[in-house]
Amino acid sequence: MKQRVLRTIILLVLGVYFVLPLVAMAEFSTRGVGGSRSLDSWTSIVEDEGLMAALANSLLLSVTSAVLMLVLLVPTMAWIRLRLPQLQRLVEFLCLLPLAIPAIVLVVGMAPLYAWVNYFLGDSALTLTFAYTVLVLPFAYRAIDAGLSAIDLKTLAEAARSLGASWLTVLWKVVVPNIRVALIGASLLSVALVLGEFTIASLLNFDTLQVQVNLLGKRNAGVSIAVSLLCLIFAFVLLFALSYVGQRRRQTVAEEETLQGSS
Amino acid sequence: MTSVAPVATTPGGSTKIRGGAAGRPSAAAWLVAVPFLAFAGTFLVYPTVLVLVGAFQDSDGAFTLENITTLFTGVVFDAFLLSIELSALTALIGAVFGALLTWAIAVGNPDGMLRRTVVAGSGVLAQFGGVPLAFAFLATVGFEGLVTKFLRDNAGIDLFAGSAWLFELPGLTLVYTFFQIPLMVIVFLPALDGLRPQWREANASLGGTSWTYWRHVGGPILTPPFLGALLLLFANAFSAYATAAALVSQGSPIVPLQIRGFLTGEVVLGQENLGKALGLGMVVVVTIAMGVNVLLQKRVAKWVRR
Repeated sequence: MKQRVLRTIILLVLGVYFVLPLVAMAEFSTRGVGGSRSLDSWTSIVEDEGLMAALANSLLLSVTSAVLMLVLLVPTMAWIRLRLPQLQRLVEFLCLLPLAIPAIVLVVGMAPLYAWVNYFLGDSALTLTFAYTVLVLPFAYRAIDAGLSAIDLKTLAEAARSLGASWLTVLWKVVVPNIRVALIGASLLSVALVLGEFTIASLLNFDTLQVQVNLLGKRNAGVSIAVSLLCLIFAFVLLFALSYVGQRRRQTVAEEETLQGSS
Repeated sequence: MTSVAPVATTPGGSTKIRGGAAGRPSAAAWLVAVPFLAFAGTFLVYPTVLVLVGAFQDSDGAFTLENITTLFTGVVFDAFLLSIELSALTALIGAVFGALLTWAIAVGNPDGMLRRTVVAGSGVLAQFGGVPLAFAFLATVGFEGLVTKFLRDNAGIDLFAGSAWLFELPGLTLVYTFFQIPLMVIVFLPALDGLRPQWREANASLGGTSWTYWRHVGGPILTPPFLGALLLLFANAFSAYATAAALVSQGSPIVPLQIRGFLTGEVVLGQENLGKALGLGMVVVVTIAMGVNVLLQKRVAKWVRR
């Protein structure tokens, strides 16, 4: 009983603390002239060409970064488990390294590098893919590592190989389908991270969603607050979906365990 | 090596791209790791080394300790002090309230809506908030914010009577807390989930109370992960940039904003490498916090494993 009271108090107090700013954003972004309500801020989101272009950049970037992350990590991590265990430590270290190096510090080192990247590849915002793939490495590594740990990769790969499958086939038809839940999780996390990223894009002068939102804040607070609220809601929906993906994994594992137990 | 043998004896039909590497010794096997290593080398290791080495160079590339000694003087040193103060303060607030919130959802239904919502919401605010968080606070307690207006119109209280506190340490503390508490929920939840119901039952069957349980079982087990989370929160606040950058457009009270000054050319020319020294300083602080955290987690790993 005492526990229930304490729990309710905590949830109420912190609930208000966290929900109040969101309510304030909704209120602020619907202010009209002379105390009336208006949806002008929300409708002008789609009319703002700069904002739409930046949103397109960010969406495209979130896809390219997730793809590059998968292409780089999945074969390497699977291969390391199968044939190159001596590289395990190095790859893990590299993937977790971005946690110890603040993004703002990474930008300092990337600025001269990006002078070269832009010289060779042009100064499209899509070149940020490289920087963002670095940023998502720790999250993606953990998700994929958990996925690979949950399956008996060696046996699966040997079985496929002994039936004549090439390594590429093993990767594409055995490894990927077996860890697809982990891959979905890793991809959703990188999409959310890329859509919310500001530090690197802003300091390397690329035009992404958050950079535009920040610029917009200086001339039209209502619109930038409306977009900010949209970003938060969108990221929430992504992560909420992710919690169901995680649950399905738990259930599948549990089902497999029951099957193994009964056979 | 036994596992490799059967694979190596079946080269049939494996002539495509990576297939050729299968039968041959590891020289070819290493090739598969090349794309990742090349990428990480170029976009992660190289920029890092550039910062770390540049911190010890002058503008002509000669070795110098001047950048490092400058870290301990004037506005740069003040920024480090304020950054550490802000990070420690918000880590402590975040850890305490975050632990309470974690407990409140951990005792509930593990697949329930409440827990799902809090966990997903925590992920958003802790990791992907950035700029939107700054605007959330402008909408709430900014000059024309909801709470500011409400207090002004109904209670006659002017939130900004004293100073522009929202853009200084008190404001930053408030905003940082908004992503520190959620981060605590994410990192502390596994530790609370790791407490086994049997321990509570054992305590009860030996005549223990709720107090003796937390005093002798729950508390001691949760102390290392709590301290670990505290360090992680510290490192997180210390590294954070986006929210502060969107909120504070003038002046550079904290280290990340000082680095912005160096990158956007607001600072005297010829001092670029001082920016790298600031970066090195940040890496050192974060690494110490994360290093101690790793040691703690290793000690406690056997308790939270499920």
